[in-house]
Amino acid sequence: MPADLPDHQRVVITGVGLTAPNGNNLPEFREALLQGRSGVRDYEIRYIGATHAGVCDFDTQRHQSKKDVRRGTRAGSVGVYASNEAILDAGIEWDAVDTSRVGIYLGVTEHGNVETENEIYELTGYDYDVSFWSHHHNPRTVANNPAGEVALNMGIHGPHYTIGAACAAGNAGLIQGLQMLRLNECDLALAGGVSESIRTFGIFASFKSQGALAHHEDPTKASRPFDVARSGIVVAEGAAVYTLERLADAKQRDAKIYGEIVGYAMNTDATDFVLPNNERQAECVELALRRAGLSANQIDIVSTHATGTSSGDLQECKALRKVFKNSANTRFNNTKSFIGHAMGAAGALELAGNLGSFTDGQCHATINVDDLDPDCDLPGLVLNEPQEFGSVNYILNNSFGMLGINSVVIVKRI
Amino acid sequence: MTPAQIRDEIIAILEDIAPDDDLSDLKDEVPFREQLELDSMDFLDIVMELRKRHRVQIPEEEYEQLQSMQSTVNYLTPLMVNIG
Repeated sequence: MPADLPDHQRVVITGVGLTAPNGNNLPEFREALLQGRSGVRDYEIRYIGATHAGVCDFDTQRHQSKKDVRRGTRAGSVGVYASNEAILDAGIEWDAVDTSRVGIYLGVTEHGNVETENEIYELTGYDYDVSFWSHHHNPRTVANNPAGEVALNMGIHGPHYTIGAACAAGNAGLIQGLQMLRLNECDLALAGGVSESIRTFGIFASFKSQGALAHHEDPTKASRPFDVARSGIVVAEGAAVYTLERLADAKQRDAKIYGEIVGYAMNTDATDFVLPNNERQAECVELALRRAGLSANQIDIVSTHATGTSSGDLQECKALRKVFKNSANTRFNNTKSFIGHAMGAAGALELAGNLGSFTDGQCHATINVDDLDPDCDLPGLVLNEPQEFGSVNYILNNSFGMLGINSVVIVKRI
Repeated sequence: MTPAQIRDEIIAILEDIAPDDDLSDLKDEVPFREQLELDSMDFLDIVMELRKRHRVQIPEEEYEQLQSMQSTVNYLTPLMVNIG
């Protein structure tokens, strides 16, 4: 159990940098979630036309030159912004850091679709003559691009890579960072997830073909997990990057500590390309609890993955009902109802949205639930208004993805 | 295009690919790399933009002609003389 581990094997969160459709730092994001402020807006993209998306409005020039923004990718830019902000938030004196001991582990749902679509679109204007294909295409589309751009921007010389894990990727990035710290592969991990997915029409088109692209006349009401009138997913962009450190190191520099990652798990359904499997999801949650040495009723807040598709919402609720059947005090919420589905950043952003509960004692709501689906009626579901909690000690964060990939992270207040 | 128009066009391309640089004091006879933050990918951008905007094809062995504004304009003048 984590409490029994020596301090150099315990991993804590000491900084958070993020850009979400409704906030460009943790306090802004938390305030928006407690005030019920959505970040979903009307959005247009080629071939699809009018739709909705969660769009970020951070200042790209805060940490990048115009040239680097132009040369790189949006996933790189959100990653660079969030990583720099995380270091600032952690109060780390960057000039004194041994950058060969910093690792970058960023989850991605996909990468390269945006850049490839753009090049093909450009080629249509040149009669498909590939001599007009950009030399920037390969460095923009290599799978490590977002993490590599962070390394270039910050002069980091330790390992950098992305973790491709569909929509379980945000948690997967955190888990990878934790494991690398425990293995002594790095002393500081920049870990989390990024998404540029709103810039590829393909992701919208594919969800639309699948009957899973949300629409509502009011864009702020389009993302509505657990509601009978849900119509699917709102695609969002964003990033959340955490500075993870070993507890011993964090103590030594007297760092602010948001919480300790005390449990984690990843497993696989192996049953379907798209449809989730509640039994495997439940097993993933149970494994994370077991590793944390916790029983389900010790979890105060479960940050659900639910995306606003009927199959996804129902399967997750079934899994949660099984695991938390005797957990009268556990509360369940959903961040996607505010920002849409930020894909590779989703898990990391949704955990960040809940971290504030350790200090403000509130559980943010799931908004847009006007008519609760009876099959999603979990006893502790926090609907439409935040709930005063008192003391929050444990948050469990679900993040699931296509091809049956499941990830769970549990964070404890210190 | 006249040499002066070609120069203006190169400036317009540089404004896109080196947006952080101040081009107002660019010295035509001094190599770009000594005045601007340009690397090999940026020079490929110049080549690509000339191809896209004016269908000018520059063979790889002649990229060295693009070292400075002066050499670039001298090299491009015969290639772009018939471009409006």
